[in-house]
Amino acid sequence: MFTPRGSLILILCLSGCGSAPHPSRDLRVCADPNNLPFSNQRQEGFENRLAELIAKEEGATVRYTWWPQRRGFIRNTLGAGKCDLVMGMTTGAERVLTTRPYYRSTYVFVSRKDRHLTVTSLDDPVLRTVKIGVQLIGDDYANTPPVHALSRRGITGNLVGYSVFGDYSQQNPPARVIDAVVARDVDLAVAWGPLAGYFAKRSGVPLVLTPVLPAIDPPGLRFTFDISLAVRPGDGERKQELEGVLDKRKKEIDRILAEYGVPVVLPSPGNP
Amino acid sequence: MMHRRLAFNVALPVALLAAGATALMAQTSPKGKGMATKEDGQWTMPGKDYGSTRYSGLAQITATNAKGLRPVWSFSTGVLGGHEGQPLVVGTMMYVVTPYPNVVYAFDLTKEGYPLKWKYRPWVSPSAIGIACCDVVNRGAFYSDGKLVYNLLDGNTVALDAANGKELWKTKVADVNRGESTPMAPIVVKDRVIVGTAGGEYGVRGWVKGLDLNSGKIVWTGYNVGPDNELLANPETFKSFYEKGNDLSVKSWPKDGWKNGGAPVWGWMSYDPELDLVYYGTGNPAPWNTDQRPGDNRWATSVLARSPGDGSLRWAYQFTPADNWDFDSTQEMILTELSIGGRMRKVLAHFDKNGYAFALDRTTGELLTAHPYVPVNWTKGYDMKTGRPMVDTTKMTGESKGNVKNICPTLEGGKNQQPAAYSPVTKLFYVPTNNMCMDYAGAKVSYIAGAPYIGATTPYYPGEGGNMGAFIAYDLASGKKVWQVKEPYPVWSGALVTAGGVAFYGTLDGWFKSVDAKTGKVLSKFKVGSGVIGNPITFRGPDGKQYVAIYAGFGGDWFLLSGDVLSSDPADIRPPATFMPDIARHTSQGGIVWIFGL
Repeated sequence: MFTPRGSLILILCLSGCGSAPHPSRDLRVCADPNNLPFSNQRQEGFENRLAELIAKEEGATVRYTWWPQRRGFIRNTLGAGKCDLVMGMTTGAERVLTTRPYYRSTYVFVSRKDRHLTVTSLDDPVLRTVKIGVQLIGDDYANTPPVHALSRRGITGNLVGYSVFGDYSQQNPPARVIDAVVARDVDLAVAWGPLAGYFAKRSGVPLVLTPVLPAIDPPGLRFTFDISLAVRPGDGERKQELEGVLDKRKKEIDRILAEYGVPVVLPSPGNP
Repeated sequence: MMHRRLAFNVALPVALLAAGATALMAQTSPKGKGMATKEDGQWTMPGKDYGSTRYSGLAQITATNAKGLRPVWSFSTGVLGGHEGQPLVVGTMMYVVTPYPNVVYAFDLTKEGYPLKWKYRPWVSPSAIGIACCDVVNRGAFYSDGKLVYNLLDGNTVALDAANGKELWKTKVADVNRGESTPMAPIVVKDRVIVGTAGGEYGVRGWVKGLDLNSGKIVWTGYNVGPDNELLANPETFKSFYEKGNDLSVKSWPKDGWKNGGAPVWGWMSYDPELDLVYYGTGNPAPWNTDQRPGDNRWATSVLARSPGDGSLRWAYQFTPADNWDFDSTQEMILTELSIGGRMRKVLAHFDKNGYAFALDRTTGELLTAHPYVPVNWTKGYDMKTGRPMVDTTKMTGESKGNVKNICPTLEGGKNQQPAAYSPVTKLFYVPTNNMCMDYAGAKVSYIAGAPYIGATTPYYPGEGGNMGAFIAYDLASGKKVWQVKEPYPVWSGALVTAGGVAFYGTLDGWFKSVDAKTGKVLSKFKVGSGVIGNPITFRGPDGKQYVAIYAGFGGDWFLLSGDVLSSDPADIRPPATFMPDIARHTSQGGIVWIFGL
């Protein structure tokens, strides 16, 4: 078991202190079974790969509890004690304890290369004329940053909303916004980088991705976010241990992110 | 135990009694004043009668003797979710529907201890749990023609043989994969079962469907938003009292915004047999926020009137155009006759989440009166010429609005799902209310399904007086509160009022109370083991005596605040509870059915 660390050490010492980690140790992870590039039940996502990497480092076996990322995901998984680790959360998120971030990504403009749009800024006048796909959340007052930023500019009539929850009977439901670009249902999409990067890499037609600028839309609407591992509040010891692994295996983690086409951005003075 | 004399009733087969009950209902179809049927001592549909009055003509329990009410029976449902809704009593049977996993228990009221006659335990897809807003509630079943009809959370409507629990049909009406779920209670009118979907926050496009009672086959689907033909709004028969033209819904959204416009249906439905119209309210427009969907967003946050046979939309009225505060209008529509401005009117009464009590002419959708029933400051009132609110723009919210202080009521509403009752004797409405206000602060970062997003916090706090709830008696025509019983917490149970002059309700901290319908004096109270969010009913038992039944079972919008939820907080009081930090000292979760008698 990953959970009771005291008993783990005890077991290790009984079987000879300093020997290889006990094989029965579990890394209990809660993950979405149908949400590439993050995770799926066939363990094809980069979060699945990262879980394997951590488990290897800990001498543990990954045990998944599969739960669609919907309202109450954290409450019903980590919060309900079904697992001890969630592989991706915004750093500092409520109801969890997050590690130091292991990547920072950005919302990106996505369009077909043959559409010849070179949009990089939210203030590009072309955004008033083209059909734009955006991801919708829709809980009380909640939405993705592009939706907020565009409506703030009075751009509403030419937006097409794609729920991040989508139709769960389909594969990777959040990806419909990218499919819409490929199918020319929209001219342009503004989507979260890891999603756009992964599906752009696998798209039959060339897609162009550019980070959304400004990265912070004044006064304070962010388009870049730090992503961390998440454990239960109060589980500081596990957090520290995980941070040790993140530090130690940073190169491999970066390699996995690159393999999945995650657009990684670095902190800069203007974008802390 | 309540049975002392069983002799007279045990000989009658239940099926015969049930058939007799149906015949009795048919004879006493409502007409003339008000919608209440002649009293048969049963409770066969969620709101007692088609007018959803939750008024019973039973009068053995009176304001004089109610102090002698005591519990005579209880039953644990074995389910922890919030127990909204109400039991039904038909003939000599009592039927209870639990929250997910939506078990039905059928109790034989003729035998001592009311043993189970049958139990129905369906398979309900657990994926519905993640879809359901605010707990996995169910608002109950509807009895008609020997059948018990209700919705499973995962989008299936089922009909059971009320005599033996045999499943007669099961029809998938909603798609959980697309964020639809079905916590509402159906209504049955003649051979039509009418159901609607929840899921506004998932960007569903709200609808109601009419099913054939005998086969379960879907006969019609009417959307609440979109083009006229999909709303079943025929230009010959559809008429909005205030708006003219075609495609009124489409024109009130940005291009295609209605396609995932919300307007779900998760509350209660009423029916006027004379006009042959079914009435129901719709939830908030979503998933776009207000500044992202310029326009009125019809017919979200509205009441719609449809012909049950073919579903055709006859009129609609919008309580909160361009909703900015999650002011769903899914609460009950109470049908009665009231004198307004010196004229008797066929009234549709509605206590909206937005804090206003409305009287509409239910023939046309004309607004007759609109008065606040709780403290309200988002609007300065209603313009009776246009039927529209006079919105205080400083109370509007949104990502671009910054912090907004002191908005009343909160997005929980002046009242939420908890249905009011109406007494034709006192001519008063009995309304469970919330007394809370909120601030709005944007720009909270969150993350779901792999997408970081910006949310908001809306901290709640008690309104004027410091009490977070009250049970009130309200005169709709004049807009006057006649009396109130202040409660420390939001009153989340429904109301019941009887010919005996007694009103009943439960509290979040687990009291079940009876009060004098004229004065509001508390006559009796009993701690029922868990917070009450269900609705009281009353019935005449096979022994000829009047009983009152209620669910205990804390939950609903408050299910995170108390119960066996793993927490790292040693005091086990979860963060959302900051505005009522001590509720977990008074209640935990767990469903119990109670019956009280004299």
